[in-house]
Amino acid sequence: MTSTPDLTRFTASQLSELMTSRAVSAREVASAHLDRIEAVDGDIHAFLHVDREGALRSADDIDSARAQGASLGPLAGVPLALKDVLTMKGAPTTCGSRILEGWHPPYDATVTRRLREAGIVILGKTNMDEFAMGSSTEHSAYGPTHNPWDLDRIPGGSGGGSAAAIAAYEAPLAIGTDTGGSIRQPAAVTGTVGVKPTYGGVSRYGLVALASSLDQAGPCARTVLDAALLHEAIAGYDPMDSTSLREPVPEVVAAAKRADVAGMRIGLVKELGGEGYQPGVRQRFAEAVTLLEKLGAEVVEVSCPSFDYALAAYYLILPSEASSNLAKFDGIRYGQRVGDDGSRSVEEVMSLSREAGFGAEVKRRIMLGTYALSSGYYDAYYGSAQKVRTLIQRDFAAAFDQVDVLISPTAPTTAFKLGEKLDDPLAMYLNDIATIPVNLAGNAAMSLPIGLAPEDGLPVGLQVIAPAMADDRLYRVGGALERELFNRWGGLLIESSPYGAGSASDGPVPGRPGQTGGSSR
Amino acid sequence: MPENTSAITREQVAHLGRLARLSLTEDELDHYSAQLADILGAVARVTEVATPDVPATSHPMPLQNVFREDVPRPSLDQADALAAAPAAEDGRFRVPRILDEE
Repeated sequence: MTSTPDLTRFTASQLSELMTSRAVSAREVASAHLDRIEAVDGDIHAFLHVDREGALRSADDIDSARAQGASLGPLAGVPLALKDVLTMKGAPTTCGSRILEGWHPPYDATVTRRLREAGIVILGKTNMDEFAMGSSTEHSAYGPTHNPWDLDRIPGGSGGGSAAAIAAYEAPLAIGTDTGGSIRQPAAVTGTVGVKPTYGGVSRYGLVALASSLDQAGPCARTVLDAALLHEAIAGYDPMDSTSLREPVPEVVAAAKRADVAGMRIGLVKELGGEGYQPGVRQRFAEAVTLLEKLGAEVVEVSCPSFDYALAAYYLILPSEASSNLAKFDGIRYGQRVGDDGSRSVEEVMSLSREAGFGAEVKRRIMLGTYALSSGYYDAYYGSAQKVRTLIQRDFAAAFDQVDVLISPTAPTTAFKLGEKLDDPLAMYLNDIATIPVNLAGNAAMSLPIGLAPEDGLPVGLQVIAPAMADDRLYRVGGALERELFNRWGGLLIESSPYGAGSASDGPVPGRPGQTGGSSR
Repeated sequence: MPENTSAITREQVAHLGRLARLSLTEDELDHYSAQLADILGAVARVTEVATPDVPATSHPMPLQNVFREDVPRPSLDQADALAAAPAAEDGRFRVPRILDEE
């Protein structure tokens, strides 16, 4: 370490303190992160677009507002990476697809607007599976993102770019979107924190829709408190989204600070674990359960039998909604147009444009949805899947009669190798087996790191699930577990990753011998 | 049970492609007929528990008619709306011919 502290090593809340006390400027913070992106993103490929000029301009605005004594929000001047599925004026939005290559949206998503209003400095747009369809970012038309723990492995998906950006210290905060696990599974496999808020808790206006009844944007961060601060910045009622909830935002920051599970009843979901889950995932999960008990929580097993049908229902509901939502990409008003040579009809040009503009997974799901919704199959497929959705909601309701939150491993395995499941859709879909039930029911859920799997030294995530609009409970559990693990490890798990070296306090991390950091804390 | 999900023919995939406006290649027809059959075979198990007494759920939250004040505000102006168009003419989107030859 040099005498100048590396500003990319701090959490969002630490950066906020440094800027509030004028120890550093927002411009210095933004520059440090932009330089970090330049240095490491060639290997990681978390970003599809870096907005250096715009970021420095926003940072300067914050610095001058602060100099004039303006009262600024808790995240003013903190840099952030925005998933490329949310529109932002002044930058391209591609959704990881060729069909939107070069598209500059004419408006800001509500999430983007709230980030700007909070004084958050948007560094750029992050990589993702095309239209958020995937669990590895390998379905991005612009090439995969690499996991900072091992560059040959997937960073999760669809929000692999957002998770990798914070795991590689390119940004302290990121926005993801979660339709079946696209915030939580990337968080799990990169050793970071990710939260899917209650459906309707964060506006979907300007979030390019995959499956409208499942999509939800949420915070990604390296700590539970940072996620809470970002959650509060983006959440709340928005008249521009008719599914936005007219309810007060749960007090997630207070809950993250309280970080207390004493007396809490925690349900272990019997159907989400055991067979099919990697031994190291099960081991770290069992240890975390013991830790929660030690912290005063009462842990009981609960059964949600319909969860066994969640994956099947999801892969009917999602493609059905997606095939309808993606019909708007027709090369007429925006996006790529192919084959318009004057001889072809609009229908031919649309078909050629979509054929050239969409990747394999998107076409697969569009056809699956078209099939499930077609006459003669509708009742058996889409209709049945909607009934399963009811059964899953009933399972959650019964479970939450007994307990305050539910827990499970976030994903059945640690990060797998790039290419391993690329052309085996069913194997790829299994990654989201533990996260999907939450989206079908609209609940809130968090993934946070609980250690490294002994067999491969890769991060394992624990999922906490809360009832709708009880998002604060996620942060109580997450905060308590994180503090306990921090004390045990002498730092955050991510600090022991190859890209985290130099930031941790000294201390061993289970399962990763020989990895200790410097001491900048 | 939906009948015979294990067999999705190339003709069926081609038909889905036409419905979904995807000009699929010959290779894709082969590839997707096998993959769609596998996926449909796996997801068809929803019918095992979807009994007639279970109501369908289409949305996670119990929302009914959602209203907001009808406040006039500026809409997207013409230049912004056309800025990303693949082809525009005289302040309008230019589209390929909409009728087939026959």
